[in-house]
Amino acid sequence: MSVVTNTTTIGAIEAPSRRNTELWLLGFAVAIPVFAYLNVGLAIDGKMPPGMLGYGAGLALLAGVAHLVVRKFAPYADPLLLPLATLLNGLGLVLIWRLDQSPRIIARYDTFTPDAPKQMMYSAIGVAMFVGVMLLLKDHRVLQRYTYISMAAALVLLLLPLVPGLGADVFGAKIWINIGGFSIQPGEFAKLVLAVFFSGYLMVKRDALALASRRFMGLYLPRGRDLGPILTIWAVSLLILVFENDLGTSLLFFGMFVIMLYVATERTSWVVMGLLMSTAGAVVVGSTASHVQSRVAAWLDPFGCLKTAPEGSNMAAACDQMTQVLMSFGSGGILGTGLGQGNSDLIGFAANSDFIFATVGEELGLAGVMAFLLLYGLIIERGVRTALAARDPFGKLLAMGLSGAFALQIFVVAGGVMGLIPLTGMTMPFLAYGGSSVIANWALIGVLIRISDTARRPAPAPAPSPDAEMTQVVRP
Amino acid sequence: MNKPLRRVAIFCGLLVLALLIRDNWLQYVRAEELNTHPKNKRVTIERYAHERGNIIVDGKPITGSVDTKDPYYAFKRTYTDGPMWAPVTGYASQAFGATQIESIEDGILTGNDDRLFFDRTLSMFTGEKKTGGDVITTLNGAAQRAAYEGLGDKKGAVAAIDPQTGKILALASTPSYDPSSFAGYHDKDSKAWNDLEEDPDKPKLNRALREIYPPGSVFKVVTAAAALENGKVTDIDAATETPEPYKIPLSTKNMKNHASGCKDASLKRALEVSCNSVFAKLGDEVGRDKMVEMAEKFGFNKEQFIPVRAVSSVYDKNMDRGGNALSSIGQFNTATTPLQMAMVAAGIANDGKLMKPYMIDQLRAPNVDIVTQNEPEELSRPVSAENAQLLQAMMESVVTNGTGSKADVNMPGVRVGGKTGTAQHGEKNKARPYAWFISYAKTDSGSPVAVAVIVEDDAGTDREDISGGGLAAPIARDVMKAVLKSRS
Repeated sequence: MSVVTNTTTIGAIEAPSRRNTELWLLGFAVAIPVFAYLNVGLAIDGKMPPGMLGYGAGLALLAGVAHLVVRKFAPYADPLLLPLATLLNGLGLVLIWRLDQSPRIIARYDTFTPDAPKQMMYSAIGVAMFVGVMLLLKDHRVLQRYTYISMAAALVLLLLPLVPGLGADVFGAKIWINIGGFSIQPGEFAKLVLAVFFSGYLMVKRDALALASRRFMGLYLPRGRDLGPILTIWAVSLLILVFENDLGTSLLFFGMFVIMLYVATERTSWVVMGLLMSTAGAVVVGSTASHVQSRVAAWLDPFGCLKTAPEGSNMAAACDQMTQVLMSFGSGGILGTGLGQGNSDLIGFAANSDFIFATVGEELGLAGVMAFLLLYGLIIERGVRTALAARDPFGKLLAMGLSGAFALQIFVVAGGVMGLIPLTGMTMPFLAYGGSSVIANWALIGVLIRISDTARRPAPAPAPSPDAEMTQVVRP
Repeated sequence: MNKPLRRVAIFCGLLVLALLIRDNWLQYVRAEELNTHPKNKRVTIERYAHERGNIIVDGKPITGSVDTKDPYYAFKRTYTDGPMWAPVTGYASQAFGATQIESIEDGILTGNDDRLFFDRTLSMFTGEKKTGGDVITTLNGAAQRAAYEGLGDKKGAVAAIDPQTGKILALASTPSYDPSSFAGYHDKDSKAWNDLEEDPDKPKLNRALREIYPPGSVFKVVTAAAALENGKVTDIDAATETPEPYKIPLSTKNMKNHASGCKDASLKRALEVSCNSVFAKLGDEVGRDKMVEMAEKFGFNKEQFIPVRAVSSVYDKNMDRGGNALSSIGQFNTATTPLQMAMVAAGIANDGKLMKPYMIDQLRAPNVDIVTQNEPEELSRPVSAENAQLLQAMMESVVTNGTGSKADVNMPGVRVGGKTGTAQHGEKNKARPYAWFISYAKTDSGSPVAVAVIVEDDAGTDREDISGGGLAAPIARDVMKAVLKSRS
């Protein structure tokens, strides 16, 4: 691309596009999972796994397509986001494939079908989604137009699992819907749509929320009409929790909203109020929903509650799962047992979805878990950096909302699995098995890349100044 | 908006930092605790993930491993002649853990022992499947069979030792159990286990190592050794000054003699017919402390590790004179394992040198390299060679002229020495007595076997007929014969 020049003495200096850096990194992001795949095959069967080449080629193809699309349609985008997502997705595929090989998981089901090929397909759809975002969303500011449509869409998505006949109750959580043989988790997509709504709404109302307020006990209380939508969202997230047994999602949405409010209004009082509200909500739900109570008991003292919980109860199952997860982590130690050589499949049915991080802990050890957490941390950091760099408030809020939600999800899932906070049953982005999660997260990366492209694009050249023109024309 | 953005960025960083710290806490600080938690099945899974090494007797394995294709525990332990060998092998059960050699040498048998590190590393490169090493025992299959079949339906135990080396040749306990019956973890295994647990005859009890019995008259050998060592008797054929009846010290009761002709009997004669009065008096003369010293030199009051633990036999250190006199004939508080009595016979047969008993000869790596070779080790010298020979003369006389005649193997060039025992026990000696027999066989090249037999059972035998000479001596004879035959 040629440097834009004009007649002023200072020309716009073009920021390096970094597309070649991204290509190099993508090479690593494909090569590392391929070696991991080889490692699992050698550890389990002692020979090169038959699907390795096809699998590696598939991942390379996805990465290559995504890269070309970014090169063409978002040339100034952040160079790290795509390789990070590819690496995590590739390693997730290896972990799922590794769990597919477990004889214990195979023996548990009458008809066992491996999950890795399905996850490969979902990854392809996810990358297609990414490409779609790149092609259709030429400028993220277009999304502002859909603020209230987004809110409606988010509510519909969230409430879909409660529709009789459509929603499916799986293991006590009503967060899936069944369409044509596929089960979809609408909540994963609602995360994106809600971020759009929050950004649009807050961009308009931020001044009202920040300034048109009364001071009360050291806090700034906004007017009722500005507060209304916030209370609505709080109530909806509680409803989701109560009716769908989904603590994680409601926490995620609420946290995302509080973060965005704080960023938009720059008022700390929102954070305090958010904390108060979520504490109140958590206390109410924690003392009424038995589902949540058993999770809390399993978090406080998993080994102890295994002894006290009645046999065969929901609580005993939750505690057993938690102890298995903790022992998985403990058995990994510092360097882990090596891919394919652990026993994380003892955790049970959710070993490759909710608890896939325990497999990382056992087979890659402390070193591996820290590496994964840092990879996620890098994605979050690039997201926040995009928000800082974005020039429009809508883009700032959207980037911050998405990366804040991503951070909260990582914290809630990894913290829950590692016993830092009560378990909530969400999935680790890109790593866990599940179509909705992979597709939605690829879309999220797509939106972030789109915003970062706009943010890093060189400033358009200033229009030629007629005054300058005038002063140069000196006629004798 | 950038100021709050930076703050939120810090908050996100703190979230990730919290996760990193938690992970270090979990996988570094608590790793050991979680890894060794009793609920953690990984140790058991690992133990049965590969073919386990074998326990070997006479060059042939008495254990095996079968691939069950089970997704949790791949290989299951099998046992050839399980009940016969159970007191030696112990068991390795997927559900109920492991005991004895199966537990003590688990590292070698699973192949996880540090000493097999090179072997493991090597087979990692050559691509061989991981297997465990073997444990080669000192046992003698023929002797074990003779002991086990000799005990038959009766309750009891046999321990046989090679006196010159301390190698254990036979270790039988009846009633026994088949470790194969609960080697897995399914319902039938736990049913078999529960049946064994509830069995009043306690089949899982290793009577040769873990049960202590009153030794009765077989203990008189120890008293005789103490009398000789302490100079209380110098001529075994000389008359002792023993009155009939002999009054137990500090008691109004007389010592009851089952034999006749005990008045002033010589030590040799007293052992032949098993005079209580003579030995009670000798024990009293030697004194409690010297008696304790002698018993402890033979191994009493101490657990023995062969390397399976044998409980310590008891010779009370704090009893009064009367107690000591009674203890000197193997009653009162005296109690002993069959292994301990075999050690007594072995020490005497080996001319006063007691070898440390052991039953693992070699530990072998999967590639048949020898990891450990156990060498005979001297435990103590309870009696001098001269006194040992005097004791041998007396014990041989028990077999030729006394109560132990049924123990004679009738083989040319073989001398057999022994001592019978009929141990009273229970409240006022009401319970049916135990029949004991200890003996050794000796050739010109030393003694190849010493054996102790106890028959606890009694059903089917008239109370009056229960005697060491009648019930236990034939078993000892068969065991000795088996060893002698396999030597020639």
